[in-house]
Amino acid sequence: MNMEILVCVKRVPDTAENEIEVNSDGTDIERDDLVYSVNEWDNYAVEEAIQIVDKVGGSVTVVTVGDDESEEVLRREMAMGANNGLLLSDDAFNGSDGKGIATILKAAAEKGNYDLIMTGAQADAGAGQVGGMMAAMMDLPYASLVNKIEVIDDKKLKVGREIEGGNQEMNEIDMPCVLSIQTGINEPRYVGIRGIRKVASVEIPVQGASDLGVDAGAVGAAGADVKLVDYFVPELGEGAEMLEGSTEEIIGKLIEYLKAKGGLK
Amino acid sequence: MEPVLIAPSNFFIGFFPTVIISFLLPVLGVGLFTYIMAKRIAPLVKAAPDYRFDHIPSRIMNVLKIWLAQWRQPRYMVAGVLHIIIFFGFLALAIRSTSLVIIGLKEGFVLPGMDGTLGHIYNIIKDYAATGVLIACIIAAYRRGVLRPERYDVPEKYGHDHTGEAVFVLGVIATLMITESLFEASYVAAQVQKGVPPEFLAPLTLVWFLKYIILNASIDTLQVLHIASYYIHDFTFFFFLCFLPLGKHFHVITSFFNVFFMRVKKGNIKPVKHGVSDEELDDLESFGVKKLEDFTWKHILDFYSCADCGRCSDQCPANAVSRPLSPRFISIKGRDKVFNNYPLNGPFLKSRPLIGDIYEEDEIWSCTTCGACEEECPLGIEYIDKIVDLRRGMVDEGMVPQSLQKPLSAVEKRGNPWGKMEKKRADWAKDKEFAETCSVKVLEKGATADVLYFVDSISSFDDRMQGIAQATARVLTAAGVDFGVLGKAEKDSGNEIRRFGEEMLFQDLKGQNTDAIMDSGASRIVTADPHAYNALKNDYNGLPPVEHISQVVTRSIKDGSLRLGRIEDESKVYTYHDPCYLGRHNGLYEDPREALNAIEGIRTVEMLKSRDRSFCCGGGGLMLFYEPEEEERMGVLRANMAADAGANVIVTACPFCLVNMEDAIKVAGLEGKMEAIDLVELIDRHIVK
Repeated sequence: MNMEILVCVKRVPDTAENEIEVNSDGTDIERDDLVYSVNEWDNYAVEEAIQIVDKVGGSVTVVTVGDDESEEVLRREMAMGANNGLLLSDDAFNGSDGKGIATILKAAAEKGNYDLIMTGAQADAGAGQVGGMMAAMMDLPYASLVNKIEVIDDKKLKVGREIEGGNQEMNEIDMPCVLSIQTGINEPRYVGIRGIRKVASVEIPVQGASDLGVDAGAVGAAGADVKLVDYFVPELGEGAEMLEGSTEEIIGKLIEYLKAKGGLK
Repeated sequence: MEPVLIAPSNFFIGFFPTVIISFLLPVLGVGLFTYIMAKRIAPLVKAAPDYRFDHIPSRIMNVLKIWLAQWRQPRYMVAGVLHIIIFFGFLALAIRSTSLVIIGLKEGFVLPGMDGTLGHIYNIIKDYAATGVLIACIIAAYRRGVLRPERYDVPEKYGHDHTGEAVFVLGVIATLMITESLFEASYVAAQVQKGVPPEFLAPLTLVWFLKYIILNASIDTLQVLHIASYYIHDFTFFFFLCFLPLGKHFHVITSFFNVFFMRVKKGNIKPVKHGVSDEELDDLESFGVKKLEDFTWKHILDFYSCADCGRCSDQCPANAVSRPLSPRFISIKGRDKVFNNYPLNGPFLKSRPLIGDIYEEDEIWSCTTCGACEEECPLGIEYIDKIVDLRRGMVDEGMVPQSLQKPLSAVEKRGNPWGKMEKKRADWAKDKEFAETCSVKVLEKGATADVLYFVDSISSFDDRMQGIAQATARVLTAAGVDFGVLGKAEKDSGNEIRRFGEEMLFQDLKGQNTDAIMDSGASRIVTADPHAYNALKNDYNGLPPVEHISQVVTRSIKDGSLRLGRIEDESKVYTYHDPCYLGRHNGLYEDPREALNAIEGIRTVEMLKSRDRSFCCGGGGLMLFYEPEEEERMGVLRANMAADAGANVIVTACPFCLVNMEDAIKVAGLEGKMEAIDLVELIDRHIVK
């Protein structure tokens, strides 16, 4: 068997190593002092892809929509074990909304012959939409928040996800398909500086709108159906009310509040 | 003069002259021994290079002190004394053993120079030696077989118990002593019976007792005893010789070499590969130890030299808290693997990865690099470099615990394991209250100072440890030192980054820090962080001299530039906890104590395990982030040791020790009964203007 896997990755500000502040115009966050790395969910996806290919053969391609700086993220995933990298870069792509990104990625995906396309469940915008949109555009089956993958044969996968109560749901899905991957699906291997240096001079092809055959009007700020109107930190409210007293007193007060606010019928 | 008994060289059993056995035993024995040694040397030849011919005078000193004078043996007194007796006994009996082999071929042989007075004096020495060895063997066998001290126990997962092998060898040695003495005693008894003036036998020796026991046996019996004891001795001797390289008694042969080649510089970590410079590292195919032959020949020699004494594991803090690490078994398992892959009979086996085979990931990550094992080993076996090399191998393969990946990535991006922003590294100095009483120069944009205070990450960013940075700044100011800090140009010193196997990240940090330090123009470096002290002093090159703050304090008190007042709280009892990276790795035991005792009226006690026996607090740097499997925290054991010593304040000289001890005091339920404080903070509180 041989599986060709495409993993879509994104370069995002590192949440652990940054202090996030909204900029003065309210259009974005302050990006001057930020450090970036690969989106955590995407990293889990790449690790999963590498493990699948280690077992059943094939190759892993990582792709991103971005600029020159995004290349470092592709290289890091290749240092981890991905076989190929692909950078989708064009001025026309700037300002794309989720649908725009999905359109661009779809164009790249269709140029190859992939059995499996993976995205992280969400990225820094928290929308969690690109994977699903790609599946819809490509008319492929889609499973989200996947935390377990088993390869049944070259036509089918078994995928699992966590549901309420900590239970696990398993489903069968036909390939080719799109999966969005949840963190915790595996334990990603470490990529050290040495690993990154080893892939420093590997060729990463760049494709623009015309290479992909993407209509510039359908992507970028021009093609965006969702527009950012405002970006702000909400005003702090009073905070939670802390009930005081003995356990009995607190229980009594709590029941009163619940009754008064309609929480108890 | 006619001999009273027929010598082995002239004896016949029927028509068979036993001198043939006297010839065959040594020839076959030495032949087999040579064959075995060749098989044992083979893996050393295939192993990685190791340059051990530097510092010859120090190496000779180590051989004289640690090998010949058995310097480390008395650290475990009973076992130590027993071993010293057996060791010196063996050395003394070497001449006798050699002559005995030749006596079987030529009656009455004596080595050149040994026929006169010297020979007689030697005979007395050797008889007391043999007696001592036998008594020591009996006591040792009783200890191993009956008393069974805990440190010899073999946990189930490591296989079968080793007591059998130990007692067997004691039996072999006892046999050698008894047969050697019996060979002589039988002759002297025959001399007495035949009225010939007997050889002088030193009183109360084994041979002296044996002579009295067999004095009245018939001449025929004495003759049989004489011949039998000779050939049993000869056979046992060559049996023992060939048995040595098969187990833990290989150390009898390798100890001299292992001690000669042992580590002479402390605190540093070996290069990734000897002979490959830092600049050439990128060209290496593979980093670290992944299979047996990646170890250097000295490390494989270490495996051979392990005497299975268990002292390393007995001192190991990770072992004490039941982490999956026991240094003794790193050596024993390594040795057994070498024996297995390079068998005496049959082809050499192809090596497989060690991790997942004889070593487990957590076993290797559990080590805090405290150095207690290396300090204790009487054979000069090294552990830290092996652990680091194994970690380098795991890092190269991506096998890093998840808990360590974030801090490593944070150090890469932000220069500190918490991922805090570089530009905030010197913010501790801008704290309003602090800045009012003490100003700290940041050495950027051309500002210089005489001394650079290297703060390092934890003291820069941790809310509690910033107290140490502030106290250090105040102490330096009070002592009139012209100092400055690097601010955002300072990166983590990388001590643990290197020890956790991320060599290239360490090289990066080293390069950046070295540039920043040289740019600052400082002629000296001071730090209050022993991990930074160790890295800058031992792992970096070309830096100005580095000192720990306790050295500055002690010197300043002596020359009068710093004055300390009376202890504020007379009721408290203070105990000093030696940080691993100040004490064991860098030999700084007295300066911090002198600084502490300079506070008038301070009441101090010493913990049982202090100085080079200090017990690790749990580790620093990346170790703070690792999630180990353990039954107890090292810090908790240490806090209890402080309480046992009668102290209610633990003074440390390391921010990581302070973090671990403050946490441990809470976990141990000792809040209110025990507190922890840093040496610099204590000094700071007692400065008199």
